[in-house]
Amino acid sequence: MKPEIFADTVLVWLGPVPLTRTVASSVVVSALLVLLGASLARAVRRHPEGRAAAAGRLAFGFIHDLVEQAAGRPWPALEVFAGTLFLFIATAAVVGQLPGVPAPTANLPASAALAALVFGAVPLAGIRARGVGGYLAHYLKPNPILFPLHVISELSRTLALALRLFGNMMSGHLVVALIVALVGFFVPVPLMALDLLIGLLQAYIFTILTAVYVGAAARVGEQS
Amino acid sequence: MSEHTLLALASIIIAGLTMALGALGAALGESRIGAASMDALARQPDEASSITRNQFVALAMVESTAIFCLVIALVLLFANPFMEG
Repeated sequence: MKPEIFADTVLVWLGPVPLTRTVASSVVVSALLVLLGASLARAVRRHPEGRAAAAGRLAFGFIHDLVEQAAGRPWPALEVFAGTLFLFIATAAVVGQLPGVPAPTANLPASAALAALVFGAVPLAGIRARGVGGYLAHYLKPNPILFPLHVISELSRTLALALRLFGNMMSGHLVVALIVALVGFFVPVPLMALDLLIGLLQAYIFTILTAVYVGAAARVGEQS
Repeated sequence: MSEHTLLALASIIIAGLTMALGALGAALGESRIGAASMDALARQPDEASSITRNQFVALAMVESTAIFCLVIALVLLFANPFMEG
């Protein structure tokens, strides 16, 4: 038996472009989120006292507080970015519990793409807050000798983000598959509950780390 | 023993060692986090929500070292670049 850990099944070939299971499930998750967000926004506008509006406001307040605590100040653009990441990863973890549907994040290229988004957002936020010169100058502080260390830390934390998400999401499914193969059905149910908890926790951690990294890049100037 | 068997043997043994040592380090680190957060909870029960949240974040950060080891062990077993076919 060779489990599919690093590979990805191709469902259909759309001309020269392969449509893999990961692509399909992430498109479905994104579509679900867009629909949910649109309906919640309409609920907030039409029935501000209703339950759906309260749920939407609670979710927004959660992300708002999270970003404000991690980045040190309210920051709407970062709320949108980090909130999107949180909702996507959390929904992916929930969807991944359905039988036969892989979590989009249980695939190394997909989680690496999310980490690459964070990697790109850090200099963007730094340049917007401090200007190109001000952002680049922080690489040479406190001493130009530390320049390689700054570069290595940015690269390694991106790698760690990608591998942490991928490993956590993939290992849960692998453990469940192993237990089903060894013991039988219904035994791994507690492990699946743990897997669900870990998936939501990883979404939270990914979001907090994103807010901390981006917030630190924008705060570079305030310290000096 | 052919070269392929030797390579497979070494990969399996190293994968087990990787997982054992990685889990050992993560277990030690997580036990310290657990003990420290229990201590903090006993001293400051009012800050329970904040302590629990930070504890979970710290646990997951430490846990990720074990997860890195798991990924490396799985690469050795299922996607070993030196064992084609």
